[in-house]
Amino acid sequence: MTIVKTELNRRSFIKSSLLTGGGLLIGFNWLAAACSTSASKGQSIPDEWFEINGYLKIGENGVVTIMSPNPEIGQNVKTSMPMIVAEELDVDWKNVLVEQAPLNTAIFNRQLAGGSDSIKQSWPGLRMAGASARKMLMDAAAKKWNVPVEEITTELGILYHKNSGKKAGYGEVASAAAQLPVPKEVELKDLKDFKIIGTSKKNVDGHKIVTGQPLFGLDYKKEGMLIAMIVHPPAFGMKLKSFDATDVKTKPGIKDVFQIKIFNDDYKPQWCDTTSFTELVAIVGNSTWEVMSAKAYLKVEWEPFADYKIAMAGWGGDQLVNVPAGLESTAEHNAKMTAASAKPGKIERRDGNPEEAFKEAAKVIERTYTAPFLAHTPMEPMNFFADVTADNAVLIGPIQSPEYMEKTLAARLGLPLEKIDIQMTRMGGGFGRRLYGHFMVEAALISQKVKAPVKLIYTREDEITFGIYRPAYHALYRAALDDKNNLIAFHVKMGGVPENALHANRFPAGAVDNYLAESWAIESNISVGAMRAPGSNFNAVAEQSFLDEVAEAMGKDPIQFRLDLLKRAKENPVGEKNDYDAARYAGVIELVRDKSGWEKDSAGKNRGVAAYFCHSSYVANVVDLTGDKDNPVIQKVYAAIDCGIVVNPDAAINMTEGAIVDGIGQSMYGQLTFSKGQPDQDNFDSYRLIRHTEAPKEIEVHFVQNEIHPTGLGEPPYPPVMGALANALYKATGDRYRHQPFIKNSFES
Amino acid sequence: MAIFKLKVNRKEYQVDVDPSTPMLWVLRDHLNLVGTKFGCGMAQCGACTIHLDGIAVRSCITFVDSVGDKEITTIEGLSENGDHPLQQAWIEHDVPQCGYCQSGQIMNAAALLKANPHPTDEEIESAMNGNICRCGTYTRIKAAIKTAANS
Repeated sequence: MTIVKTELNRRSFIKSSLLTGGGLLIGFNWLAAACSTSASKGQSIPDEWFEINGYLKIGENGVVTIMSPNPEIGQNVKTSMPMIVAEELDVDWKNVLVEQAPLNTAIFNRQLAGGSDSIKQSWPGLRMAGASARKMLMDAAAKKWNVPVEEITTELGILYHKNSGKKAGYGEVASAAAQLPVPKEVELKDLKDFKIIGTSKKNVDGHKIVTGQPLFGLDYKKEGMLIAMIVHPPAFGMKLKSFDATDVKTKPGIKDVFQIKIFNDDYKPQWCDTTSFTELVAIVGNSTWEVMSAKAYLKVEWEPFADYKIAMAGWGGDQLVNVPAGLESTAEHNAKMTAASAKPGKIERRDGNPEEAFKEAAKVIERTYTAPFLAHTPMEPMNFFADVTADNAVLIGPIQSPEYMEKTLAARLGLPLEKIDIQMTRMGGGFGRRLYGHFMVEAALISQKVKAPVKLIYTREDEITFGIYRPAYHALYRAALDDKNNLIAFHVKMGGVPENALHANRFPAGAVDNYLAESWAIESNISVGAMRAPGSNFNAVAEQSFLDEVAEAMGKDPIQFRLDLLKRAKENPVGEKNDYDAARYAGVIELVRDKSGWEKDSAGKNRGVAAYFCHSSYVANVVDLTGDKDNPVIQKVYAAIDCGIVVNPDAAINMTEGAIVDGIGQSMYGQLTFSKGQPDQDNFDSYRLIRHTEAPKEIEVHFVQNEIHPTGLGEPPYPPVMGALANALYKATGDRYRHQPFIKNSFES
Repeated sequence: MAIFKLKVNRKEYQVDVDPSTPMLWVLRDHLNLVGTKFGCGMAQCGACTIHLDGIAVRSCITFVDSVGDKEITTIEGLSENGDHPLQQAWIEHDVPQCGYCQSGQIMNAAALLKANPHPTDEEIESAMNGNICRCGTYTRIKAAIKTAANS
């Protein structure tokens, strides 16, 4: 067992009722219904709850409610985070109820859905929350029975004193335990003693989902609530000039039409405030269809804006971002990217003497890879409920970054932070889009203006044409071989609109003596942000396709080629900043090699392999496909993953399967193009997503078994499958797929 | 505005709405049945799937004045106690990730199984092709439909 001090998370273990404000009560009943969940059916709800700490309360009958602190976006943290608390509390999972916690930075750390970090960063805090509560229950029992606490043991929610034969359920001492001080240090379980972590538990919201009960932001209702929609500029590079609402106001159910301005003039936006359209027209009415129908009657004039600069408060410090004027097009982006790639970039890493090595090379392989803008398209369109009064603001809905948006809202509404109450509903997907919460500000300003509770709803067209997109990317890769076909130099030059995807210190940096990484970027007024595995979601495709070509040119097996490079990186690394663990990297490649029968069963199969490291975890894939260029059928995908300890194995497999389907879909079909600043796609008839018939027939997932603390899983299984797919397509068709989307692309057509 | 009498999940309702209102918004805004989801508004994603006399339709393009006396079934009324074989199979296979599209997936699958109680893999894929799952749970959806078909 491990003894840890509780100072780190001490504030979390103080009773939450002392810290939360009364403002949370609005809408609370709806949320209590929608956000509390039975872990299994049939628990009897206690008559009285005793709050042990901010994470959990115990009823007199032993039923435990555990708060899930982070936003639930489909990554299943609402099940897996409470599992970790329950493990250290040492309680029967059958007796656990789960509730979504509201935003409360006084109790919870990092209430963010992003970076594949929910479990990774909260692992120690969640364990301590459970362990410290268990210790308080043990202290209470020791006091009650007048025995030393060291002689008390627990199992599945029961306290035992073996010598006297005494035992008591947690519920029997919960009242006394709640009065005790938080222990200064607690014991954590040995990993081998885990009973819940590492076993598969069903999604705690599963029953509600399959029976259609209210769970999502769009489902939220409050008495007297109005419906609002926004009208935004039709093209990037345009802004609002004027509008005439006369016609709209005559339409049935319409209450008001007005302009809103997202930021005050002196406001310095944070990273999560990204938005291209800061002045919008809001239409408010009684019901969704009335507002949606009336939208078409708004007469608006837009005008091009001039170049401007915006001071963004970023993670890496403040930066002045130039936003160029103009109505951009994909054809123009592609031409600019091709031109930029022909020029020297900014050197981001240089090992050895790459220029000399390329000069001396017997053979140079040079390839270009591209990928288009992508829209996030979560199934639940953007929406948020807001109820803003003179001295209080309540916001309820789907948001990945509540604790950052709280600051934005406080600044815009002129309210102190403690008067901004944010409650998170289950999210119908996000994939990064819901990190950028301008829609919360919009909802709040509309509520403030109409002096009523309001639910803002985006149409699908709003969602796709008012995006915070994945950037368009471009990469030039070069490899130098000597006359014996040894790899002597590696060069990557990456660019994009308006940013590039380069990770200069990632594999194969560290494995090649002469290495050069360069970057460039082209300014744009199109708003971009994080989409599932930012940067990596392009790198993995380009780099892993290129390595496949290099291995082929060297006459090497693509798996052995990667393992040889990783052996070099492990035993005698080049440079010091390599950001990956070569042994774990090789581990997943060996695992996928063995599980796919790469050495024995590859004959006659169109197989591709790829491996990638991102967000602290390692994933390797093998893709098998049949069919031809026009109709590829993905028969099977193997995944081997090292993400440390897996908390909820079946849910982890589900997320991996989903990431594989997502990766295949985005690389095969995903594409957002622009003409005169306007997205050419605006709904699912033109923006293509993967469907049932196109999904792999079979997916097989394997995890490396180890005792490394969890390193994250939301993003890592997404990027590499795209590279493995490109390599398998080559086997099936004889063509290299270097430009996304693989089935059609603006770059080459 | 006009008065419409509707039979939803074996109950009678009366609503006063514009005749062009899609059933999706009648259900969600006026009858408080929010299990039927808004995804695209143009019958491209299947999130809003309901049954009209047992046939799967997209409620986002099914206007209230076209329903007549047909019986409407939504996810809330698919079974009395949330125990339709598909709902049970969905739980058994732990299908949902975000969960938003799943009521539409289940309603579409229920109509499929009613018409074809033992579909092949190809028949499942093709019948379900109008229902998008952005999280990519397709392989689990197929497995759950097969489990329900065999139950």
